[in-house]
Amino acid sequence: MTTTAVSAPLVELTDVSKYYGNIRALEGVSLAVDAGQITCVLGDNGAGKSTLIKIIAGLHQHDAGAFRIEGEDTRLANPREALDRGIATVYQDLAVVPLMPVWRNFFLGSEPTKGAGPFKRLDVATMRETTRAELLRMGIDLRDVDQPIGTLSGGERQCVAIARAVYFGAKVLVLDEPTAALGVKQSGVVLKYVAAARDAGLGVVLITHNPHHAYLVGDRFVLLKRGAMTASHTKDSVSLDELTRQMAGGSELDDLRHELER
Amino acid sequence: MSATAPPAATPQKTEDERLLHTSPLRRLLGRPELGSVVGAVAVFIFFSVVADSFLQTSSFSTVLYAASTLGIMAVPVALLMIGGEFDLSAGVLVTTSALVSSMVSYQLTANVWVGVTVSLLATLAVGVFNGVLLTRTKLPSFIITLGTFLMLTGLNLGFTKLISGTVSTKSIADMDGFESAKALFASQLTIGDVSLKVTILWWFALVALATWILLRTRFGNWIFAVGGNAPAARAVGVPVVRTKIGLYMGVGFCAWVSGQHLLFSFDVVQSGEGVGNELTYIIAAVIGGCLITGGYGSAIGSAVGAFIFGMTSKGIVYAEWNPDWFKFFLGAMLLLATLLNAWVRKRAEATK
Repeated sequence: MTTTAVSAPLVELTDVSKYYGNIRALEGVSLAVDAGQITCVLGDNGAGKSTLIKIIAGLHQHDAGAFRIEGEDTRLANPREALDRGIATVYQDLAVVPLMPVWRNFFLGSEPTKGAGPFKRLDVATMRETTRAELLRMGIDLRDVDQPIGTLSGGERQCVAIARAVYFGAKVLVLDEPTAALGVKQSGVVLKYVAAARDAGLGVVLITHNPHHAYLVGDRFVLLKRGAMTASHTKDSVSLDELTRQMAGGSELDDLRHELER
Repeated sequence: MSATAPPAATPQKTEDERLLHTSPLRRLLGRPELGSVVGAVAVFIFFSVVADSFLQTSSFSTVLYAASTLGIMAVPVALLMIGGEFDLSAGVLVTTSALVSSMVSYQLTANVWVGVTVSLLATLAVGVFNGVLLTRTKLPSFIITLGTFLMLTGLNLGFTKLISGTVSTKSIADMDGFESAKALFASQLTIGDVSLKVTILWWFALVALATWILLRTRFGNWIFAVGGNAPAARAVGVPVVRTKIGLYMGVGFCAWVSGQHLLFSFDVVQSGEGVGNELTYIIAAVIGGCLITGGYGSAIGSAVGAFIFGMTSKGIVYAEWNPDWFKFFLGAMLLLATLLNAWVRKRAEATK
């Protein structure tokens, strides 16, 4: 970011739309992610959150609007290209292979090797040490990097996936509902690591349907509803109550309350 | 894990006070092949007691030979199972390998090494066929390889009858290169007063190679990953398709070795052989601790499984029982080993 005089956002979406055949999955969504900031995308089920993730992660291409990475217009062909451009996505359920040890999971797909030719082998010592050190740097103190990752709790697994993305040089971290299946305490732990990643200078896109979690860490908030963007706030322009109300449907909620009154 | 403030850069300690000292015994319990080792010791003691001649060195080399012919195929089948797939065509592929080698050499009146090479290409091609079909269609490997199994069975019989007029191949013992090929695939080594078949060396070498690949190479990491959680592996950039095709080619390669042994030790090959062996390989892998759902297991375990198989099949003979009982023992062994493995694995994971 030091080279550009006017620092363009790491990732910027302007009026992005996506259609699946005649279905309008996403319409006119704009958001920006700066380095060291957290942008939260809020929305109920079916609001278009996953479509948005898939565009940023390179699984799908947008049909209209502009998608810029560091100011440069982009169409990502596949997830590998997104990774190469520094966009790492942590999916809620796709993060790890449960029966494999933590250190093998940490380096899966990008294993360091030593030696040459037929003696090319995994650099096991480095892999273990790095895993331990990197997790510790993120504040995760693991008992044993040899334990199968499936024996960790859901929150711990999320954290390993985040630490992994940070280690492999991600500039933008996309988190798909990292707190959805977690208890209160575990969610707190995960949110701390999200904040730690932000403090390390990453831009974070946090997808969630929990406005309380979003408001705790977010700098900007984008609300989606039925594929369209209903609101976009910065933290100082919105209160938690207002955010929760808009997220929950605002006037609809008032109608519902009226209906349920006896 | 504890939740400390995020960038808490506490100096790294190698010893963690929360980590109880892991005894070597506990570590051993966590290995996938432990259940099979316990089983192997039990079977060994059992036959040592009931069969007088079982403990002689000559019997031991016979047992090892029986184990090796099975073990050579159990290794790639175990790797494939760790990768989450089956290969039901493995048994008849061995016969195909021997038939192709024999008939190509005989029909071309060429050096037998020509047949040996063509056979290798053919078995690898079947492996690629299985792998590509599996990854393209996304059908279960059980169905795909059941199809190849039936097709190969038919081709083996059909082509052999068409070409040689009978159900077996012609003798190639007097052809060029037979002796050197026999030396590689079917010779005997005498160490002291024990004579060992060369297949035992092949077997040990393959087990060592497979163990190295599994535990110390990127490909090995990928095998565990595609068997354990293929979508996750794909998401982090593991070439799932290439890994699976590679595993099927491994089965092809070992079927080639096994088939050439068959050919060069018996000279003629019966075209109907090999049916049913595919299940024996899978049994050896499962007894050896491979999880039937993939993602867990070891090559050494498959070797122990094959060894149990060898001991049981020959032990019954040495005990002078009716060999009809063999299948019963095998079935009981499979059930016991699987139960033991499941129990051991649960304990090993719970105590971590």
